[in-house]
Amino acid sequence: MPSTRVVVTGLGATSPVGGDVASTWQAMLAGTSGVGYLDDDWVDTLPVRIGGRVAVEPSEVLERVKARRWDRSTQFAMVAADQAWADSGLEGSGLEPERLGVAVASGIGGVTTLLANYDTLLEKGARRVSPLAVPMLMPNAPAANVSLKYGARAAVHAPTSACASGNEAIAMAIDLIRLGRADVVIAGGTEAAIHPLPMAAFANMMALSKTASGDDGRDPASVSRPWDTGRDGFVLGEGGAVLILESEEHARARGAKIYAEVRGAGISNDAHDIAQPDPEGRGGTRAIKMALREGDVDPATVVHVNAHATSTPKGDIAEGLMLHAVLGEHVDRCVVTSTKSMTGHLLGGAGALEAVATVMALHDRVSPPTINLDDKDPEVDLDIPTSRRDLPDGDIVALNNSFGFGGANVAVAFGSI
Amino acid sequence: MATTEEIRADLADIVNEVAGVDADDVQLDKSFVDDLDVDSLSMVEVVVAAEEKFGVTIPDDEVKNLKTVGDAVAFIERSQG
Repeated sequence: MPSTRVVVTGLGATSPVGGDVASTWQAMLAGTSGVGYLDDDWVDTLPVRIGGRVAVEPSEVLERVKARRWDRSTQFAMVAADQAWADSGLEGSGLEPERLGVAVASGIGGVTTLLANYDTLLEKGARRVSPLAVPMLMPNAPAANVSLKYGARAAVHAPTSACASGNEAIAMAIDLIRLGRADVVIAGGTEAAIHPLPMAAFANMMALSKTASGDDGRDPASVSRPWDTGRDGFVLGEGGAVLILESEEHARARGAKIYAEVRGAGISNDAHDIAQPDPEGRGGTRAIKMALREGDVDPATVVHVNAHATSTPKGDIAEGLMLHAVLGEHVDRCVVTSTKSMTGHLLGGAGALEAVATVMALHDRVSPPTINLDDKDPEVDLDIPTSRRDLPDGDIVALNNSFGFGGANVAVAFGSI
Repeated sequence: MATTEEIRADLADIVNEVAGVDADDVQLDKSFVDDLDVDSLSMVEVVVAAEEKFGVTIPDDEVKNLKTVGDAVAFIERSQG
């Protein structure tokens, strides 16, 4: 069992349902959707016209001159990191920069910056391409800019595993602390991919739902419906979330507020298909088992899961099989939720936003609902409340699962304090 | 023909947009690097935006000679002339 205990001492988020953690969490508990019609002028050319834009534009929060040198994905990461850092009380605490690390992920990187500059190249020529394009679009730009802002001089990572990226960043942060490479790590994920090219690509691979984008009369807020028989693909969301992870020793020494403990992480790969999950969920099962084993977690104490469940036909079923395989009879006492039913799918930001929700669920001992679950798929045998549900007292554990294209599976187990 | 003051004012707006410097501070005697804190990448952005705004070409070799706002305004005036 790993000797260094890791705890969560700060949280930040900007999401489709709120501009910070408090508003995001309250919206989730209330079952509020952040999905709506996109108002971009390009949207009429696409087969999908809905998405989950952030509730608060980063331009309302960030300094203009700094923000214009950051891709939108970096802007989300900076908003979330600023909140998490302020929440942690680390400012002025005397933390040595060499002991502060960063692990902030994105799935696709600065795709809107890349494509906007390509448009400029075609329309106006090479001279007009921004000299800042590369440092803005590189996948480690969010992590690097967080390190610049907070002077983090330990390792600065940007793990990339598609929709598992945000959760992988948290797993990596645990390792940095347990290996003694940092005392504190700013960890999270971000994504800003609501742009016609990635949306067309996701739609063409049948991953995005086309419901409510035509004349079917459906409400955009009803389209992300994990585990419901009417689910037909995910809804693209955007945003970012950041957690401050810290060795327990360091956090206790400075008298920090502690939200939860990070018990363990598990990472595996399906090696099955570049996009489809293993239909039996074997890789995900191994990742979850690994997370519980690393944290010496008794499956009977796992009372909550923030599932990956994106509202795709196959993936949602596979995740149910994983939870049965790992928890056995205890699965009946486990409250499962998919907050993607409200936020849509934030891709590389998803694992981080859902980690924030998982930590808040443990801290407040309440699970957010899964909305739009009107007719549960008979192939899914899980306890999935459709309104908020209290979690039990005592020492409890909650899991956050993320799975990504390329076969990546990441599970992180958090424990109550 | 734009006057020197008109070119300075338009250039000041560009420097404000790119680097966040107060446009009133962008006066002819000010050094881009030492007084206005315009770094090298921002300077490239200013040059490209100025080319578009004033319809001139500012070769890369020339940029290093544009140390002050006055240098840039004078170059633009000569190029437009």
